[in-house]
Parts: sequence; C-alpha cells; structure tokens
Amino acid sequence: MALPALKESYAAGVNVVTLGATKEQGGTRSVAYKIGGAKTLPFMSPDGDPGQKALIAMDVLDIEPDWPDVLKAPFGDALRDPAAWAKKCVEEFGADLICVKLDGTDPDGANRSGEDAVATVKAVLGAVGVPIVVWGCGIDVKDNEVLPKVSGAAKGERLLLGPAKQENYKRLAASCIADGHNLICLAPLDINIAKQVNTLVTEMELPADRIVMFQTSGALGYGIEYAYSIQERQRLAALAGDKMMMMPVICDVGYESWRAKEAKTPESEAPEWGPQAQRGPMWEAASAIALVQAGADILRMRHPAAVAAVKRALKGLQG
Amino acid sequence: MIAVAERINGMFKDVRKAIQKKDPGPVIELALRQTEQGARYLDINVGTAAADQQAAMRWLVEVVQGACKTPIALDSQKLPVIQAGLEVCDGRPVMINSVSGDAEKLDVYMPLAVQHNASLVALTLNVDGVPQNIEQRVEIAMTIVAKAMEHGLDPTKVFIDPIILPVTVDQKQPLYICEVIKQIKTVLCDPAPSTIVGLSNISQGTSQRPLINRTCLVMLQAYGLDAAIIDVLDTDIMDATITADVLMNRIIYSDSYLKSARM
Repeated sequence: MALPALKESYAAGVNVVTLGATKEQGGTRSVAYKIGGAKTLPFMSPDGDPGQKALIAMDVLDIEPDWPDVLKAPFGDALRDPAAWAKKCVEEFGADLICVKLDGTDPDGANRSGEDAVATVKAVLGAVGVPIVVWGCGIDVKDNEVLPKVSGAAKGERLLLGPAKQENYKRLAASCIADGHNLICLAPLDINIAKQVNTLVTEMELPADRIVMFQTSGALGYGIEYAYSIQERQRLAALAGDKMMMMPVICDVGYESWRAKEAKTPESEAPEWGPQAQRGPMWEAASAIALVQAGADILRMRHPAAVAAVKRALKGLQG
Repeated sequence: MIAVAERINGMFKDVRKAIQKKDPGPVIELALRQTEQGARYLDINVGTAAADQQAAMRWLVEVVQGACKTPIALDSQKLPVIQAGLEVCDGRPVMINSVSGDAEKLDVYMPLAVQHNASLVALTLNVDGVPQNIEQRVEIAMTIVAKAMEHGLDPTKVFIDPIILPVTVDQKQPLYICEVIKQIKTVLCDPAPSTIVGLSNISQGTSQRPLINRTCLVMLQAYGLDAAIIDVLDTDIMDATITADVLMNRIIYSDSYLKSARM
C-alpha cells in the first residue's frame, strides 16, 4: 500500500464576493474583482483551492488628513483632492481598490453633508476605473444619513459599503439590497458578535455572498495577535461549514499602523529608532503581511512604500 | 453534529401513502421542512410500502432531489435498493445506510461507496449478532477501518454505528456506547473514522421518549459522536444538540446560534 499523502481537506470554504461592476454589468468600472473563494487555510494551496488573490485598497480621505509628514509626502497636493489622490494611488502606486474614507462627515469634525460625500465618491468613481470601497465616519446617526445617499448615487457600481454594526445595520443593509452593493459587517474583535451581525444582515435577505467581515484590526504591537487568532478561527469555522463565518475579510491596516508610536513618532523625538520614512512603512507592511497570512482578503493601506513591499510579498505567496 | 433526518421513511403512514399513490407532495414538504430545521442529510427509506422497492427508492430520490439541495442518505438493508438509489443520484453528497461489519459484506459495499464517492454507515454487528460489550464492538470497528483502508475509502467517510439498544433492555449499554465512540474517535486511526447512531432505539418502550433521546444524544456528543439519525422536526432535540456543539466548541456562539446552526 502506498504511503498516503498527508493533506487536509475541508467540507466548505469562503464565499466569493464580486466588487465593482463593469459597463456590461450595469456599472462604470473598467474592472471587477472577485475576492474570497478559498477552500483551505491561507496559502495552503497543496491542500485545496487557495481562492482569489488578496487585494490592496488604498485609503483616500474626503478631507485633508492630519497624518505624519512622511505619510503625506508621497501624495503631495493630491491630499486636498480625492479624485487626484485616487488617481495617483491607482496609476502610480498600483492600488487594486480605492477606499473612500468619509472622515469629513464626522459631526465632531468637519461635519460634511451627505451631498458632499456623494460628490466625493462620484469624483473618485470618475477619476479611476477600479472598484470602490466607501467607509463611513463610524458615527451611527451620521452614517445612516450619509451612506444611503452615497449608495443611491452609486447604484449599480457594486461598491463595498459600510461598516454595519450589531446596533446599526438595518438602513445600511437595506441600501445595499436596494442599490446592488456589498456590505461590510463590523465586530469589535469579537467573533461571537461578528457571527451575530452576519446572521442579522442575512435575515434581512442580503445574500451572504454580498457580505465582507471587518473584525477590526490591530497593528503590530497593538493587539494584532487578537485579530490574527479571530481571523484564523473564523477561517477554520468557514472551512468546517459554518455559513455565517464564510464571508471574506477586510482589514484596516493603514489606520491602525500609523497610530502606533513606532510609526508616527518622528526621528527628531526618537533618533535611536532610525528614519521614520522607513520605519513607518515597515510597520504598516509587517502588520499587513501578518493579517494576510491569517486570511485577510482586502488590506486597507496608506503608504505607497508599504503597499509596494506587501505587493512584492504577495507575489511570492500567491503569484 | 450532523443531523440525518429520519422522516422520509415508508414506515410512516404519510410517506407510505405517498409512495403508493406516487404523490410527491408530502415527500417534498418533508424534504423542505427537515432542511429548514437543520437536516444535513435526508434519510430515504422506502420501508415496506411498495412491492418494487427499487422503483420506489428511485422515485423517492428523484422527488427529494427535485425539492432541495440537501445531501441524502439511502437507507435499506438490501443492496439492489441502495444501488437503485445510487443510480439516480445527481452528484450531491450521498450516504449509504447501512452495512454490517462482516468482512464479505464490507468487500461489496466499500468499493460501491468509493465508486460513487459516497459515505458509508457500517454497523458494529456481524453474523454473531449485536455485541453486548465494549470490546467486541471496537473489534468490529477495527475490521471496518481495516477494510476501508484496503479499499481506499477515506476513513472520515466511514460512519461507524455502535448500535444503541433500548435502555429498558440493558441499562449498562448507554455508557458502553459512550466508551465505544470515544475509542473509535481516539485509537483506531488518524484521521479518525466518523461515528453515527440511530438514536431513537434508546427510548423504545419508555414513557419519556423525546427526553431520553435528547439526553442520550448530548451524552454521546460529549464522547465524540459525529452524526445521528434523528427527528429534526423535534425542536427540543435540535436545540439540545446545537447547544452541545456550542459547549464543545464545535460551532461558534452568537446570540442567534440556534437559528444560524440551522441555516
């Protein structure tokens, strides 16, 4: 008898979610991407279908960001013009997706209106052909006012929209159903709540293959191990057939990494840590690589050098 | 826990009548209701309703396959009836239920399971009857596993049934079954074979059938049971088995876990 190959096999896998719609599909994107579809643990292709490649979504904010200088430098004046910023991300830095982060709508900040948000998203849609992620400010009342307007204005574009939460999912789910978008379901590093939000949204009859999970992310040194182990457990549950754990995963790497002191502290304050222009992107890239190895399907990122490093690593891992 | 739903069985009056009249309505309804309640396999047993059991099996399989996507378990002691069911299977996962632990029978059923990519329920009984102790059951389980390896059937696709006897027959037996399941899951081979029970036998002749059934099921789960042939329309037993899965960390908790586990 031949020695049997030691391979794991799994009953199920991660759902496939389609981002963006081309003209033929009712949108205006020049490309649509699929994410998910893995039928094995991340990058364990000898055991089964590794699914679609992980994608990088570069952040574009609707207001000029209050970022460290080394993070702002690569974008220059484009930081004041979301359309130009998005174009730069796609054409110069190779972003697969653009994540329009509507920080400007925060009522405690610039308090921009839904109409402003619609104008920003439309400008970005006009400037680039890649699929778009639209991320609210996180204040429920404001997101419920702003995001349905964006959803309606971009009907048919198959955005990835969110985040929906356990206490705030109905309006966002209804908008996604009505306008044909995908929904991000957020849980605060809590796998039980993640499953619950997915169940609640599914019960509203948003198809499971239009949901992407956001477990919230951590940066290297700031709880990334919790995000890692939750993602790992979620992937194992998906492979075992838990339908409410089969959704692909998005991680917010850029925001988390650049609020870590190791990335944001200028070298004038910590000369022994070396040049910030290297240290910051390294922190972001290391965090991204850890999360993608735990099964992330979309990485939200910021610094072009970190994006380039992660793209190189991904090429080695997934071809 | 893999719930194998028991209701599409010619021993029940409604199904018997449906088979005799070739009326698909009641069968479709049972297929859909059992699926909604969390059935992972729909057991199909023609019972004694039809003179031509092979034709009845083909008809039932086709009706069920037309109604839902749920995997099916072909339940008969007669090989030609199982073969008739396999012939019309549309490629969905299928379970053959069942074969005894006699080597010569395993030599027939295991190649059949391999050929149809089917799972196979194998009982720990042989020509000498049902063993009354732990050791003989495990011994037959070893024969079953050895035959699976010989025929190239993935051990996880072999569902070993240690045979539950009614509690009124011998009250020592339920703990024996627990121990047998534990040994099958831990010492026979790696990956371990799967285990299954026809649960309702435990409560034959008692006054508390549903309570005894669900209590027994939860006990067996704690010892590693993978699957059971049960009445999935009994909400209490489904709630109990799903909750046991949560407590054993087999499924992830959420506030709606009773619902999501049935999805």
